Amino acid sequence: MFEPGFFSSQPVHVALIVGGITAVVSAVAGVFTVLRGQSFAGHSLADVSTAGGSGAVLLGMSPLTGFISGGLIGAAAMDLFGIQRVRGRDLATGIVLGASIGLAALFLFLDTSAGAETGATQQILFGSIFTIDSSTVPIVAIFGSASLAVMAAIYRPLLLSSMSSDVAAARGVPVRLVGLLFILALALAVGLSALSIGAILSTALLIGPAAAALRVTRRVGLSIAVACVIGVGATWLGVLLAYDSYYWGSSRRGLPVSFFIVGVTFLAYVASGLPVFHALVDRRPDTAAPDAGER
Amino acid sequence: MTDARWRHGTGNGVLDVEGISVTFAGRRVLDGVSFKIGAGELTGLIGANGAGKTTLLRVILGLQRPNGGRVLVEGAPLTRLGRSIGYVPQKVQLDPDMPVRARDLVALGIDGHRFGVPLPSKTRRATVDEMLHAVGAERFADARVGTLSGGEQQRVLIAQALISRPRLLLLDEPLANLDPGSTQEIIGLLHEIASHQQVAVLLSAHDMNPLLPVMDRVVYIAGGRAASGRTDEVIRTEVLSALYGHHVEVLHVGGRVLVVAGLGTNEDHCLPVETPREVG
Repeated sequence: MFEPGFFSSQPVHVALIVGGITAVVSAVAGVFTVLRGQSFAGHSLADVSTAGGSGAVLLGMSPLTGFISGGLIGAAAMDLFGIQRVRGRDLATGIVLGASIGLAALFLFLDTSAGAETGATQQILFGSIFTIDSSTVPIVAIFGSASLAVMAAIYRPLLLSSMSSDVAAARGVPVRLVGLLFILALALAVGLSALSIGAILSTALLIGPAAAALRVTRRVGLSIAVACVIGVGATWLGVLLAYDSYYWGSSRRGLPVSFFIVGVTFLAYVASGLPVFHALVDRRPDTAAPDAGER
Repeated sequence: MTDARWRHGTGNGVLDVEGISVTFAGRRVLDGVSFKIGAGELTGLIGANGAGKTTLLRVILGLQRPNGGRVLVEGAPLTRLGRSIGYVPQKVQLDPDMPVRARDLVALGIDGHRFGVPLPSKTRRATVDEMLHAVGAERFADARVGTLSGGEQQRVLIAQALISRPRLLLLDEPLANLDPGSTQEIIGLLHEIASHQQVAVLLSAHDMNPLLPVMDRVVYIAGGRAASGRTDEVIRTEVLSALYGHHVEVLHVGGRVLVVAGLGTNEDHCLPVETPREVG
């Protein structure tokens, strides 16, 4: 299973570390994203990151700088346009999404037509985890920790305001601030994910593990733990399969790692729908059938 | 407007609403609404849909700033939002696939406003168990809250609102969308909370009939104004006619109360002001 050189390869080490951090941050953010029904916002931030990353390449900066700053600016813009209001939310997200895809189209055109960065489109849209420089690892760790720290800090108010913003506000929770902090933490998660598996595919690592975990657990804390295991497992397995794929057949051409990561995540989601897990989650301890209660 | 009279004398007033006025986009939604609620009283906030019941509850909670008037909770103005009021909103985002057990939702009532990740605690768990037992929700305490029936969810939400031991419990249309059996159970539970735990309970409803047997006081809202007092003082033809600004008739039919417009002047225009609802 482990082809020669897997454990001694420097790019593999970096890929496993960066991928692992990314998977954990994405999984935690993903659980809250699904809980709050903000998957659309998560996807939109990925598009904003695409614009940021392609713009950074144009300016000769690292894509990660662009992913992160683009995501943070997009998150702030969505908050400004009314993401905290239920009705204004999809509208705000859609406006930011449309504008950023337009920018990304322009930047990617300029990146590639300038000639020097012909691989930019592939790298930004679909990721290239094996080409990440080892000097990037500390930066990834810092951004990842920042995102996790913010989400840990707002854990309870975020849950409460996800269920009822009025109850949260009546208890003294600064609902809007909590929502803004979460979307900023989400932007960091999406930015890291864009670096690892590409801006377009980052939604898969954000939503996939979380969606699978929510189907097999009854508690938020456990959901987060399961999502982390699925996310890290899919990422590491994807890295391994992509490395091994170089030795498949005789062409000596490795297949894209992002494909494998997203593929394993998808399979995990499909598996989470198996009846064996449903029985685990939906059992109601003292009643014979789920519908036998006071319905 | 009926004078708000004190049933248990002074000294145990929990909620004092004084001349609340609210204007939305030039339209006066509430116009000088005043009433008082004492400890242990169950008060119905009755009015048609759109009469301003939710707005009034939001003003009491401090979520909506009134254009005039003030709210006193236990004699003091609402300076800081906090735990002195328990609140059960009309709409709660509870999807069946949310990994939140009934007991988790109740626990958020203790410390949901605090920052940081909750640590496991025996006292916390015991408090939650006690509250689940008090509202009769221990049977489905470990089920996902989104999979529970409407009546079961109401019990859980009431437990969440009560766990911080507020003196005042506000509920926005807690009986909406409940089947008749669950309606009676929730009314019984609220009556017990008011009379046994001496909590002042204020619940809004568009139909007063299910509440008639247990309601100590009524606040009836129409046209932005309110009449309050004991049920037999307020639900009268003269009082409600003055409130609506035109003639309405209070009818007692088969143990139920109907408020109808136009009766006595032209029987052809007899329209129910308050939609009657089948109960039991």
